[in-house]
Amino acid sequence: MINLALDIGTTAGPESVLFYFLAPLSILASIGMLLVKKAVHSALLLAWVMISLAIFYIAQDALFLGIVQIVVYTGAVMMLFLFILMLVGVDTSDSLDENIKGLRPIAITAAIGFGGLLTSLISRATFGRPTSVFIDANSAGNANAIAELLFTKYVFAFEVVSALLITAALGAMVLAHSQKSRSKFAQRDLSIARFRKGELKDAAGLPGPGVYALHNAVDVPALLPTGKAAPTSISAVLQARGDIIESSKFQLQAEEEEK
Amino acid sequence: MAIANYLYLSAILFTIGAIGVVVRRNAIVVFMCIELMLNAANLAFVTFARINGNLDGQVVAFFTMVVAACEVVVGLAIIVTIYRSRRSASVDDASLLKL
Repeated sequence: MINLALDIGTTAGPESVLFYFLAPLSILASIGMLLVKKAVHSALLLAWVMISLAIFYIAQDALFLGIVQIVVYTGAVMMLFLFILMLVGVDTSDSLDENIKGLRPIAITAAIGFGGLLTSLISRATFGRPTSVFIDANSAGNANAIAELLFTKYVFAFEVVSALLITAALGAMVLAHSQKSRSKFAQRDLSIARFRKGELKDAAGLPGPGVYALHNAVDVPALLPTGKAAPTSISAVLQARGDIIESSKFQLQAEEEEK
Repeated sequence: MAIANYLYLSAILFTIGAIGVVVRRNAIVVFMCIELMLNAANLAFVTFARINGNLDGQVVAFFTMVVAACEVVVGLAIIVTIYRSRRSASVDDASLLKL
């Protein structure tokens, strides 16, 4: 096969040092993004990849894009991701085991093929030779030059993008707006539900937590008249967290006083 | 170092993002992998701008960033809506049409 690739120029020493330092790190971070279990860790690794891409942009004379990358991506978009992660729940279990049989080997094989195709295409492609125009284009400042292009050659695309932004903002508002299909569960409804449950054991409400002078009482179960601890007197959240203290030592004191 | 190395880096990052979209099940992580692919494409655009010696590639990369921001806003709103009704952010759980 004929190799059509032209030499498209090399970079100066400092830039290659920067590249060979940052490129492996960003590839490692993006692979780590796939392997870590928690979504928050993936978000942090992605933020690292984005910052190193911003450094690459600045190294390639795209100062404006580099700053925008940091402000928009690592600043706004990643914060939005973290915000949604907090909203949805960080602890929602995300198991790494595959659901569809044989998906992972197929995906990785296809991806290696795709990557190989891309790299071989790049190595064979014919690019234009670098000219000195770029330095001329940036002579008035990178941001100025981009602004000039945006408001002359690409002004129609710019207007379309502004319409897209407004539509996206409206769409997000419509999606995030939730109309409650039934009224909020009030105390009256809770009381009705208790009486309709079938047995009237808890009709008067669950017992409150034990009140002991020696301890903050919210995490200590109350004592029933029989002397046993009542597990229903503790909040379910504390039970799930395991923040319950045995009431036996308080129980013992009470028995001693009785004697 | 050849300038084309940036293009190779962009291809590798794009591939890794594509693997993530297929393999991961958390919808938010899938979204982050899409962002990684968009960023890789941006890097290629910026490098092409440099190779060709004009700023058109940088303007296209700028437009990509704007579109990506829109996509994130709408996509995350969809994820929140799905989470609100199904209590799960896994893409495998949103399978109402499956028999």
